[in-house]
Parts: sequence; structure tokens; C-alpha cells
Amino acid sequence: MQSQAKPLGDIAGGIAPVPIENRKGVGRRADSLFSVVAALSGSLVLLILAFMVLSTTNTALPIFRAEGISFVTSSDWHPANGDYGILAFIYGTLVTSAIALVIAVPISLGIAIYLVEVAPRWIKGPITYLVDLLAAVPSVVYGLWGVFVLLPLFLQPAAELLSSVLGFIPIFAGPPSGLSYFGAGVVLAVMIVPIISALSREIIQTVPDDDRYAAYALGATRWEMIRGAVLPRGRAGIVGAVMLGLGRALGETIAVALLVGSATTINTSVVRPGYSMAAVIANQFQEASGDHIKALVAVGVVLFAITIIVNIGARLIVWRMAD
Amino acid sequence: MNPSSTSSTREREETGLPMVPEAAEPVEEHKTSTSAVFTIRDLSVYYGGNIALKDVSLDIRPREITAIIGPSGCGKSTFIRCLNRMNDLIPGATVTGEVLYHGQNIYAPDVDPVAVRRRIGMVFQRPNPFPKSVYDNIAFGPRINGFKGNLDELVENSLRAAALWEEVKDKLKKSALNLSGGQQQRLCIARAIAVEPDVILMDEPASALDPIATVRIEDLMQELKKQYAIIIVTHNMQQAARVSERTAFLYTEVDEETSNRWGILVEHGETGLIFTRPKDKRTEDYVSGRFG
Ligand SMILES: Nc1ncnc2c1ncn2[C@@H]1O[C@H](COP(=O)(O)OP(=O)(O)O)[C@@H](O)[C@H]1O
Ligand SMILES: [Mg+2]
Repeated sequence: MQSQAKPLGDIAGGIAPVPIENRKGVGRRADSLFSVVAALSGSLVLLILAFMVLSTTNTALPIFRAEGISFVTSSDWHPANGDYGILAFIYGTLVTSAIALVIAVPISLGIAIYLVEVAPRWIKGPITYLVDLLAAVPSVVYGLWGVFVLLPLFLQPAAELLSSVLGFIPIFAGPPSGLSYFGAGVVLAVMIVPIISALSREIIQTVPDDDRYAAYALGATRWEMIRGAVLPRGRAGIVGAVMLGLGRALGETIAVALLVGSATTINTSVVRPGYSMAAVIANQFQEASGDHIKALVAVGVVLFAITIIVNIGARLIVWRMAD
Repeated sequence: MNPSSTSSTREREETGLPMVPEAAEPVEEHKTSTSAVFTIRDLSVYYGGNIALKDVSLDIRPREITAIIGPSGCGKSTFIRCLNRMNDLIPGATVTGEVLYHGQNIYAPDVDPVAVRRRIGMVFQRPNPFPKSVYDNIAFGPRINGFKGNLDELVENSLRAAALWEEVKDKLKKSALNLSGGQQQRLCIARAIAVEPDVILMDEPASALDPIATVRIEDLMQELKKQYAIIIVTHNMQQAARVSERTAFLYTEVDEETSNRWGILVEHGETGLIFTRPKDKRTEDYVSGRFG
């Protein structure tokens, strides 16, 4: 009690007030140095981005001028004749990515939900590690594995089965080929499952147990709890994870170039060969010259624009869901 | 050597905390009555082989509020989680003994814990509405239970019963997360009511709320007890004295040799008696604030 009373008495008695002095020295300087460095690196990123957009667009400008809107609305791609219409590549990029998402999203969510909500602890660690490892495998390895292992073992037979069973539907019409939108889409799916499932797993892990208990206490089964409590809480984040996977699929080059079949025309059937924007750039850049090179750069500009649009779209969806 | 503890004891005695009417009739204990909602016999809980709660026997009556009090860590939450089998969700937790709900042992091998929880509502310490609209929060339970009637009506009635209708009737489609903490907790009560249980378990439902929101929850409990049996865990003795008809005092026993600790039921009975004429010295010490 004594020791408590003493300082009180001193204050009451009026100790000399200590004036507030601004801090000087290393701490203060480091603070302002830090904000300068942060601002500089921030604007550097913007500068590089702007430079990339401007320089590629500038290179591609003659093609955009010459072709006009038909650059993206025509699927005539005959560099020898100076015809540069890239619709078949845009189509291929979108179709292979869509196939990849259709396959990868349910599998990834299944893995993520299994790991967080169902798996016994001793399984969780190894599988989590394995999935993370798969995310780090270079895409050329996936591509080669796709061509040499998956193509004969699965892609070709699956394409044949699809077209023999569902061939009356135009999108599965034959003659079937493993080197096709379908083949590229499957390998893309294998590549993005680790990304989407790893991110979704982390998001599902952050769902508070309170949410789970709330659902269980109302008599929910495990599945009702997951659907009613876990997925709504994680929805925005899961959409973000899917969009990151989509971004990877849209831009993936080597694996698609190896598996898509390199046909420069649009095929309505997914078991027929096609092309993608990234694949056509990779395949033709070496041999191209003159306007052909500029046209390939222009393909890159359009791919960049599509990626940006997809990303902004994803942001908007995530924002809308967040509130 | 803590001078403040004696002074706080004196303070409590001066304010004369329990202003509860004397018991009108003697309380019969440990007698299975058919009217009991819960008849709990020799209930013990183990976490990974370590005992956490030992041999609790207690009856819970309908249309009454039973308060569970006791120091932190004595097993209050463990106890209340046994009553709707929420302990099943904790890996390594085992429960022995009997919990008869209207005479049916909810731990019998053929009883599905999911079915148990559909009859016994629970409200948690931290308000935990789903990140969904007010309406969908209330409708969640009825929907998974295959409710066939008029859902709008059920939602409105549940919100009215939880004294929340007037405040949210214009924002049923808005996210429940925009409500204040007190409103969220009443929403959670409404959500529990919507599955039409006849018992509501509350684990420190007001401990995360400000005093005004707390009073509203306590008033609401007085309304709800006309229809439901309510079991409330609280470490706030004033609250127990204010709201409950009956009080059960849990306390931690320590084995001197192994220094294992577990909770026991020291005594239970009419709240007035527990606070004014407790039978056990430990209860007396606790309610008069002599320990933690
Ligand atoms: N999920 C759990 N796993 C292991 N031990 C637990 C768990 N929950 C509670 N316990 C232990 O059981 C005892 C009682 O805890 P609890 O029921 O939370 O007490 P109270 O609610 O009275 O504060 C404590 O010793 C605590 O450490
Ligand atoms: Mg507790």
C-alpha cells in the first residue's frame, strides 16, 4: 500500500512536467529512409509495368493498325500471306483454361476440405507436403510427362472414349486426338490442382472453430457444417485461389505447346487439336521474322490484356462477396 | 500476500450481493424425477486419458434457469458440452456415466449425436453468427432439419422470441456480421430457438458483451425460461444470483501427489441457498469471493 501511495502523492504535489520532445537519431532516420525506399520500389514496379505495356504495344502497333479489329475477330493465321487473325488462339487459351478449371476446381476443393476437415492428423502432414511439392514442379516437366506418359496411357484412350460415347454432341465429335484442347486442359488441371488446393486449404484452415461449433450445435452433419459454415466463410478466398489457378492456366506455355496439337484453326470439338496464345508465341517465335514477329508480340499484348481483365473480374467478385 | 483480496471480499459483503428470496420449500436432491429434462449420473470426462470432470450427478428441471458457477478451468464448459455431445467433436475426449434427456440416455450406443444436437440448443461465449444474412442465419437450422412449414413465419417468431425482431426486421437480407455484439448474441439465441429445442445451453453468453447488452440477454433469459430449460455457465456470481433458480457449484480438486486436477460438483440447489447458506465450506469461500 505504501509503495502504491507514494507516486500518487508526488503527482499530487506537482512534480516538474517533462516536456514532450521529438525523437531524434537513428530510429527516426530509419523510419523516413524506410518510407522513401518503399515508395521508390513501389513506383519502380509501376514504371516497369508501364514500360512493358508501352514497348510491346509499340512494337505490335503496325499489326494492330493493319489488321484492325479483325486481328482478334478473324481466325485466319497465314504469316506467309500476311494474314494475322488470332481468334483461334484466343479460343484455344480460353477453352483449355476452362477445361482445366472444370476438372481442377472440384478436385482441389475436395483435397482441401479433406485435409482440413476429415483427414486424421498423421495423413495431413505427408499429403500437404506432397501437394506443395507438386506446385513447385517446373511446367516443362509436366508437359513432357503429359506427352510421354499421360498421352498414351490416358489422354488418347480418354479422347477416344469421349468421342465414341458422346460423339453425337459437337464438342466431343471425332476423329479424336489426345493432342487436343482436352489433352492440354487435363495437363493444365494437373498443374493447377496443387496451387488451388494449397491456397484453399489455407483459407479453410482460417475459418474459426466457432463457426463449426455453431453449425454442429444446430444439428448439422459434417457435410452440412462444411457447406453451411466453412464454405460461406471461405468463399471469397476460394474464388481468389481459383482465379490464381486460372491465371496460371491462361499463361501456361510449354505444357500447352506440347499437348494442344498445334492446329491454327478453331475446332468446336475439344478432342480435336487446337492452339493457344502462349503456345503459338513459343512455337513460332524462333522461325519468325518481320511482321510475323510483330504479330506474335501483338498476341502477347492481347494475352496480357485478357489476364488483366480476368484479374480485375476476380477482384470485383471477391469484393462483392466480401460484403 | 495480496492485500487487495481481503478488501474486495469486504466490498462484496458490504454490497450484500445475493438478494435472492429464501427458498420456499426444501430442495430434494439426487432424486430422479420424471419431470426432469436432464438426469445426469456419475458423469466423468477425460481428455486424452486425463480426467477433467469427475462423477457429476445433477438434475435439470424444465422451465428453470440453472447456473453453473465455479473458478476458471474447473470444467464448466466441459460439463455443459456433455449435455449436447459437443465433446464428441474434441479429439481424445471421452465421456462416462449417464446423461438422461427425458429419460433417454444420450450416450447410449444407438443414439446419433447429430439428432441430440437438434433437440438441445447451444449459445457460445463469443457470438458466432454465420457470414450470411440475418434471415439465413435463423433459417440454417430449420433448413438442415427439413423444416416444411412457413419459414418466413418461423424466422420472425424466433427473432421476436429473442427480442431482436424490431431491430432487424428491415435488414433481414443484410449480413449478420453488421450487427452489434449484443445483437449478434441475441441472433445466435434466435438461431438456436428456431430449431425448436426444449433446452438451451449457454456457455458464458454475456462475457464478451458490454453491461447494457448483458442486461438485455439476462432479461431475455427470463422470458425464455417460461418455455425452455436454460443452463447457463457463468463466472459472474452476481449474474448467477440475478438470473437463476438453481445453482451448481463446480470446483477443482487437486491430487497432491500427481498434481492432477479435475472438476467436481461441490453442491447444487436453490440459488438463494447456495449464496446465503451454502452447505460446503468451499462454496461459502467461493461465493463470498475468498478465491478466484
Ligand atoms: N479441448 C480440450 N482438450 C484438452 N483439455 C481440455 C480441453 N478443454 C478443456 N480442457 C481442460 O479441462 C479442464 C476444464 O476446462 P473447461 O471445461 O474449459 O473449464 P471452465 O469452462 O470451467 O473454465 C481444464 O483443465 C482444461 O485445460
Ligand atoms: Mg469455459
